[in-house]
Amino acid sequence: MSIISHIVGPRVDHVELEKHSFRYGAPKFLLLIARVLLLVSLFVPFWSMELVAPQYPENLHLVAYVNNLAGDVAEINSLNHYIGMRPLEEAAQIERRVGVYIMILFVVMLEFASWIHSRWTVLLVLPVLTFPLVFLIDLYLWMSYFGMNLDPDAPLSNSIEPFVPPILGSGFIGQFETIARAGPGLILSTIASGFMIVALFFHWRAYAPLVKAQKAEKKAAKKTVKQATT
Amino acid sequence: MTLTRFGSKLILAAGVVAVGTASSAMAQSMSDVQKIAKERGLTTQDLIAAAQTYTPTGMLDEYVIMSSGGHSGQVFVIGVPSMRLLRSIAVFTPEPWQGYGYGVGNEILDEGNVMGKENRWGDTHHPALSETNGDYDGEWLFINDKSNARMAVIDLRDFETKQIVKNPLFINDHGGAFVTPNTDYIFQTAQYNVPWGADYAPMSEYKESFRGAVTMWKFDRKKGRIDKSKSFAIELPPYWQDIADCGKLESDGYFFLNSINTELATGGFGVKGEKNPPFEAGVSMNATDYLHIINWKKAEKVYQAGDYTMIKDFPVISLKTAIAEGLLHLTPEPRSPHGVDVTPKGDFIVVSGKLDPHTTIYSFAKIKKAIADKNYSGRDEFGVPVLDFDAVMEAQVEVGLGPLHTQFGPDGYAYTSLFLDSAVARWTLGGVYGPLNPEPDWTLVTKTPVHYNIGHLGAAEGDTVSPDGKYLVAYNKWSVDRFVGVGPLLPQNFQLLDISKQGTDMPVIYDMPLGIGEPHYAQIIKADKLNPWSVYPEIGWDPQTQSVDPWAPRPKMERVERTGEHEVEVYMTSVRSHFTPEHVTVKQGDTVIWRITNTERAVDATHGFSIPVYNITLSLEPGETAKFEFVADVAGTFPFYCTEFCSALHLEMMGYLMVEPNE
Repeated sequence: MSIISHIVGPRVDHVELEKHSFRYGAPKFLLLIARVLLLVSLFVPFWSMELVAPQYPENLHLVAYVNNLAGDVAEINSLNHYIGMRPLEEAAQIERRVGVYIMILFVVMLEFASWIHSRWTVLLVLPVLTFPLVFLIDLYLWMSYFGMNLDPDAPLSNSIEPFVPPILGSGFIGQFETIARAGPGLILSTIASGFMIVALFFHWRAYAPLVKAQKAEKKAAKKTVKQATT
Repeated sequence: MTLTRFGSKLILAAGVVAVGTASSAMAQSMSDVQKIAKERGLTTQDLIAAAQTYTPTGMLDEYVIMSSGGHSGQVFVIGVPSMRLLRSIAVFTPEPWQGYGYGVGNEILDEGNVMGKENRWGDTHHPALSETNGDYDGEWLFINDKSNARMAVIDLRDFETKQIVKNPLFINDHGGAFVTPNTDYIFQTAQYNVPWGADYAPMSEYKESFRGAVTMWKFDRKKGRIDKSKSFAIELPPYWQDIADCGKLESDGYFFLNSINTELATGGFGVKGEKNPPFEAGVSMNATDYLHIINWKKAEKVYQAGDYTMIKDFPVISLKTAIAEGLLHLTPEPRSPHGVDVTPKGDFIVVSGKLDPHTTIYSFAKIKKAIADKNYSGRDEFGVPVLDFDAVMEAQVEVGLGPLHTQFGPDGYAYTSLFLDSAVARWTLGGVYGPLNPEPDWTLVTKTPVHYNIGHLGAAEGDTVSPDGKYLVAYNKWSVDRFVGVGPLLPQNFQLLDISKQGTDMPVIYDMPLGIGEPHYAQIIKADKLNPWSVYPEIGWDPQTQSVDPWAPRPKMERVERTGEHEVEVYMTSVRSHFTPEHVTVKQGDTVIWRITNTERAVDATHGFSIPVYNITLSLEPGETAKFEFVADVAGTFPFYCTEFCSALHLEMMGYLMVEPNE
C-alpha cells in the first residue's frame, strides 16, 4: 500500500485543483497531446528513401511505417540481388511485428505518467521520449547489417564494396542517388518527445513541492511518534 | 597562396557552370533558327509545321491513330501530331517480337483457320474502336480480314489480340468492322461473293448460287469476346457489298451499306472463249448502284423471334424474310460508290461514287418518310424495294475526281478523300451544321493536295457523334518521290493536315512513311481515352483470360516434374537476370509442357524467352505467365535465353534445355 502510494505520489484536492488549474493541468494536457501525436504517427510513414536513377523517371520509393515496409520493395529487392543484399522484408521483422503494440503500450505508459505525481513519471516517460532516437539507431543498425553483409557470390559482388547508405540525407550507390528522409511519423513522434520534455518540466514544477511537503510531513509525523513513545 | 588558388578554382568552377547553362539555352535565339532554316531550305510555313508537330523527348502525343496494316495482317498504333509509330499489334499474322504465334497465341491464330487450313496472314482493312453512346470509349478494337472474312477482337488494356472468328458464310469481306453506337454488334459484310460457305458452284450459276450477306456479330463486353451463339446474318442480293457505316443518334438502329457490281458481272477476261468484259469494266457499267438501308434493330427482333434458317450452322434471315419484314431497302447511288459515312448527328448519309465527281448526301428523315410512304421507284431483280432517289436525296456537292471516303469536323465541315485528284476536299454540310461555319451550305471550300493517291482519311474522332477537328490524316497509297529510295517496294505515306483553322487554310504539316504494311482505314482517338496497363495487374497473369492463372509458376515453386512416361512439366520464373531453373533436362520424345512467369513489377521489365530448333519465342511482359507445349523429338543441347535486352546482365540470362537421346 505504501509502495503504491509512494509511486502514485501525493494527490491534489478539489479546492487546490480549481485554484491552480493551469499548474496541475499543463503536464496532463501536454502528455495528452503527446499521446495523440503518437497515435497519429501509427498511420503515417516514419521514414522513406527515394532512389533516383535515369531509368526510373518516377524514382523508386521505400517507405517504412511502424509495422510495415511499403513502396517499390519488390523492384528494390530485385535490384539488390545483383549486389547480394538480403530481401528487405527480412529486416526488422520483430520490430515491425510488435511496433503497433509498443506504440499502444507507450500511450498507456503516458496515460499512467500523467496520473502519477512522483518522480516515477520520468521512468514512464523516458522510454517513450527516446523512441525517435531508438528508431533511428535501430534503422542504422539494420542498414549497416544489410549493407555490410553482402553475399560474396552475387553477380556484382566484384564491383561493389560493402556500404551503408546515410539514414538521413543523400548518398550514392551505383547509378542510384539515395535520398533518405524522416517521415511525418518520425517528425510527429519527435514533436511528441518535445511535448514530453515540457510536460516533465511542468510536472516537476507542480508536484515536486507537494512531494517535498509530503516528505516533510512524514518526517514530522515520525518525529511526533518518536516523541510520543519517549 | 593556398587560399588564392582555392579561390580561383572556385571562380573557374562557377564560370564553367555559367557557360554550361548559357550554351544550352541563353545563347540560342531565333537567328539560329533562321540560319538552320536557310541552310536546309525551309520556309516559314515549314518552321510552323515543325513547331506544330515536333515532339521533344518526354512530351506525349495528343491523339493516337489505330491503323489497319493491310496485308501485313497487323494493326499499327501511331501518335499524333508526332506521327511516331508507337507499336504494332499482331492480329492475323504471327509476330516474334510480341511472341505471337511461336508457342503462345497459337490457339487464337488457330481460331482463324479456314476450312481446316492454317492461314497465317490477313488483310486488315477497317479498325473499329468500341463506342459508348456513339463515342469512342477506348476499351476494345475490332478489325476485319478481307481475305478470309475473319473478325478479330483486341483488348486495349494490353493491346493484344484476344479472339479471331471466322465467318462461316462467306470467304471475303470488306464492310467491317463497324460497330453499333454501344458496341452491341459488330458488322461484317461480304464483298466478293461466293456460294454459302465458299462451296463450289460454276460461274454460270452466279445469280442462283452466289450470295451476299451481312453478319451481325454480338459482342459480349463483359467477356470481351464475340458471342457466336447470339450472332446472326441477313442474306443480301449477290452484289458486291462494299463499305458500310452504322447509324447513330437520329439514325440509330439503321445500318448503311453500299455496293458495287449490281451488274452481277462474273468476269472471265483472258479466258479462251469467254466474251465477258473484265471485272473492271463489267462492274462499272451501271450509272448507279445501290445503297443498302438495313433496319438492324428490327432484324435483331426477327432473329430473336426465330424467323431464320440455319446455313452452315449459322442463323441467316433469308432475303425473302428481310423483304417481307421491311428490314432491307435500297436506293440508287452514283456509279461505283466507295465510302458511305453518317454525319455526327446521324441525320445525313454521305456517299461517294468513285467514278462520279460528286458526293451525294441522303437525308435520313427523308429515307424514313420514303420507307413509311412506300415511295418506291421499283424493285431490284431480287424483289428488294428501291426507294425513289429524288425523294431521299438531300444534296450533291461537286468535290473533285475520285471521291472515296468522308470524315467530319466539329464545325460543320466534311472532308472527302479524292483518289484521282490526290487531294483532300473540305466542304460544308447543310442542315443544323450550316451555321457552324461562314461558308454557304453544301459547297466545296478548299482542296489540299496530298502525296499521292489517297485512300481513306481520318479526322480526330471524325466518325463519332462528337468530332474533334484539329488534325486530319491522309492515308496515301503511293509515296513516289517523297522519301529516299528503298528499292521498288515503296512505303505508304501518312500525311498529317492541320484542320484547326476554318476556311481555305488546311496545310500538310508532316509526312510519315509507313514501310511495314499497306494500311486502309484508321481511326484517331484522343490519347487520354486510352487507359492501358503499364504492367499486368498481378504476377501470374494470363493475358488470354485476363486473370491470374492458378497454374502460373511462382518464386520458390519452380521445378521440372515428370508427369508421365513421356511427359514433363516445367515451372519456370524469369526475373532480372536469371531464369529459374536454369537447366531443363528431358528425354527425346517427351511432350514438354512449359509454364513460365515473368515475376517483374517494374514498367518495361519485359523478358523474352526463346528456344532454338523448336521455334519458340515469347514476350513476357511484367507479371505475365505463358504456357506452351512441344514434343522434344530432336535430341541435343539447346541454350534458351532472354531475347529482350532486360538488364546489364541480360547476356547472362540463359539456361540449357538438354534433350537426352534415346538409345
